[in-house]
Amino acid sequence: MKRLLLGNEALALGADAANVTVATGYPGTPSTEILERFARYPGVYAEWSPNEKVALEVGIGAALVGARTMVTMKHVGLNVAADPFFAVAHMGVEGGLVIVSADDPGMHSSQGEQDNRNYAKFAKVPLLEPSDSQECVDMMRVGLELSESFDTPVLLRVTGRISHAQSLVEVNAEQIERPRVAGSHAFGRDPEKYVMLPAHARQRRVIMEERLHDLQAYAETTPLNHISWGDRRLGIVSSSIAYQYAREVFPKASFLKLGMAYPLPVQLIAEFASQVATLLIVEELDPFMEEQVRALPSVPPEHVLGKEVFPSIGEFSSELVARCALEHDLIASEFVSLPASRESSDQPEPQVELPARAPLLCPGCGHRATFFTLRQLMFQDQTSVAEVGQAEGGGTPGTDGPYHRGTLERRRQYGVVVNGDIGCYTLGAFQPLFAMDTCACMGASIGMALGMERGGGKNKVMAVIGDSTFYHSGITGLVDVGTSGAATTVVILDNGTTAMTGGNVNPGTGSTVDGRPARRVDLETLCRGLGVEDVQVVDAFDVQEIEYQLGRALQSTEPSVLIVRSQCVLQGRPASDMVSYVDAEKCVGCWACLVTACPALVRNRDKVEIVTTLCADCQVCNQICPHDAIVQVSRHPSNDAAGVPSAGPDPANQATEREKARP
Amino acid sequence: MKPLNIVLTGVGGQGILLASDILCQVGMAVGYDVKKTDVHGMAQRGGSVVSHVRLADKVFSPLVSTGAADFLLAFEKLEACRWARFLHRGGVAVVSDEAIPTLALAGSSGGAPYPDDTTIAHILCAHASQVDIVPAASLATELGNPRVANVILLGTLSRFLDIPVESWHHTIEERVPPKFQELNLRAFDVGREPMAREYHPC
Repeated sequence: MKRLLLGNEALALGADAANVTVATGYPGTPSTEILERFARYPGVYAEWSPNEKVALEVGIGAALVGARTMVTMKHVGLNVAADPFFAVAHMGVEGGLVIVSADDPGMHSSQGEQDNRNYAKFAKVPLLEPSDSQECVDMMRVGLELSESFDTPVLLRVTGRISHAQSLVEVNAEQIERPRVAGSHAFGRDPEKYVMLPAHARQRRVIMEERLHDLQAYAETTPLNHISWGDRRLGIVSSSIAYQYAREVFPKASFLKLGMAYPLPVQLIAEFASQVATLLIVEELDPFMEEQVRALPSVPPEHVLGKEVFPSIGEFSSELVARCALEHDLIASEFVSLPASRESSDQPEPQVELPARAPLLCPGCGHRATFFTLRQLMFQDQTSVAEVGQAEGGGTPGTDGPYHRGTLERRRQYGVVVNGDIGCYTLGAFQPLFAMDTCACMGASIGMALGMERGGGKNKVMAVIGDSTFYHSGITGLVDVGTSGAATTVVILDNGTTAMTGGNVNPGTGSTVDGRPARRVDLETLCRGLGVEDVQVVDAFDVQEIEYQLGRALQSTEPSVLIVRSQCVLQGRPASDMVSYVDAEKCVGCWACLVTACPALVRNRDKVEIVTTLCADCQVCNQICPHDAIVQVSRHPSNDAAGVPSAGPDPANQATEREKARP
Repeated sequence: MKPLNIVLTGVGGQGILLASDILCQVGMAVGYDVKKTDVHGMAQRGGSVVSHVRLADKVFSPLVSTGAADFLLAFEKLEACRWARFLHRGGVAVVSDEAIPTLALAGSSGGAPYPDDTTIAHILCAHASQVDIVPAASLATELGNPRVANVILLGTLSRFLDIPVESWHHTIEERVPPKFQELNLRAFDVGREPMAREYHPC
């Protein structure tokens, strides 16, 4: 039976079919659906761990007692998990351990771009790269087998276009219906293998090199790496999604398709290279294979083409591969099949600027009032740009180099500095809220705020972080704040979920990924326990109280935590019978409310209107309006005896419900 | 079988992913190899949504290339304009007449105003050989549920595809919960028949 599956669903299916009984991870686009889907299989253990490091450590433990284990994360998650990743590369496993890294070329939903194939080489572990959903199923099984037979963790690397593309998968119904038996194994005590003291690690280092040597031999003969001969004037080496683009663009060429891309099958590559006139390496992001191929003495470098043809930044497509090939005169155009039939020059396209539809905080989002208030704080005591420039004497020499974008004037401003973090609330950085000054990586806001204070910055500084990100890696930053005599203000936006990735459970949610009730962290007590005495909790929709508490905390010479609490509007907050309504008599068109970037507020000529079907009755705009023009009315005008008007503009013509983040 | 590249677009919440799922399943049922890919992540928060569907004997890339789409199925007019360049010269645009406003304040929305119908027609007609504007939202409301606009549009698209109506009906029955089956089948049939209120601006 064939089914159409996302790459991520296929990885979950493959893990279950190969008897994985433990899976852990931390949510992050494009990896999230793997674990969410795996958790639905009967008889398995799945958990969203507090962060990727813990996820991998739990995974290592499970593998050491013999359970087949999968650990999932996005590319930057492996940075967090790098420490245990390198450790387990030394220790080896007992049950198969596959670590899935879902990379995000093009940064569709990430703070940075990185090619995690490098981690395989870095930690000396085998790397598998599926190129469609069927291969996701198959390579999960092969990865677990490799892991067990070579006593090594295996890195299975996908990209967003594998994770989030659906293709056909052969599904064996009996396999899915089979009974699952949880593992019951005794730990195989072996301190020289599992206690990584220098003396033991030195022995393991030798074993790692031997293992790599054996894996290399395996790579030469595994059917994961195979040649399909075509025209021998052009030979293409490719892997992952880039292989699919290359197959489409170069239908006549010869192909060496690599499913196992580390260690590279160098003999196979040398043999393939010797039989083709030009060797073209098609790979997204880094020249990972190319650098290794170019280092082979048997491959003449003048026959190799790679990154001089294709970019090392961003996501590929057939279109991009074809265009790059055509622009390079070493590739005959007869090999290139253009995926598009449109001639770009046959008719000029109309030049109309279309309004962007940027992602926004949802109507009713609990982060809106906080960011509105932060915006006020950031810009209220702003010295004018010209004055700042003069006060600073025109700037510090040497800081206006080519790597600094923007002018010095723009970079030197007073007002509160908001160190942001990663989650839905990073959307608060966009116009018109524009209320975030930094966002680096998970949990960085707190340490950076402390650093700004210690670095002698003249601004008042604070950190803003979501609950899930705080549990992930904000806690250790707060330990530093709480115990180092700082006066840092930390705002924790607590909506009880990991919202950006689709509402995944976290340690504060009170349930598990498969829906069982769980204990939850007591956030207030935790913060006090870390050394911060001034811990306040405010309602996320009470603009005045947020303003007061933030102002107070910023003036304080003690460290403080302000927990801004709401329930995520996408996670079952009950719908309200009331909505906000703009009294057109009172609205003067000052647009103050529009600064909240609420999708329910629309401009109708010189007034604001509220789209009733979108309004979630959070009443933040009501509190902000300087003319008291926004009032709360019944959502259903017919039920309203007093006949207060409540209609918004053409409610039938609006989207009624937001798409769930998961398909 | 004739290869088909179809791009579906609209705004999060309009049922685009359900429509592209149904389209893929119908394609599978009649023997196509199928690949599909959607926008995930940040775009989910009220952003523009695009779903690429490719049907052929053998499909490699899940992405449709610019200028390679046979059909553009748009659930919202502005999004139709934004992605019209995916169509090839002989391509057909099936577009709902629904307009969902962008964020009101300039600065976050690039400052450009929402285009008027003349501009929209101008853009669409420059890219497509045929444009069908369908009053899907109001028809869906008349059917009793604004959410079935997506299935109405699938019905309109189905007129152009050489796939038996039974396959569509069967897939819709499989894909939607029992209590909404009849409504969705009706919506599909409404879209499949030429309508008095649809129009062709080119």
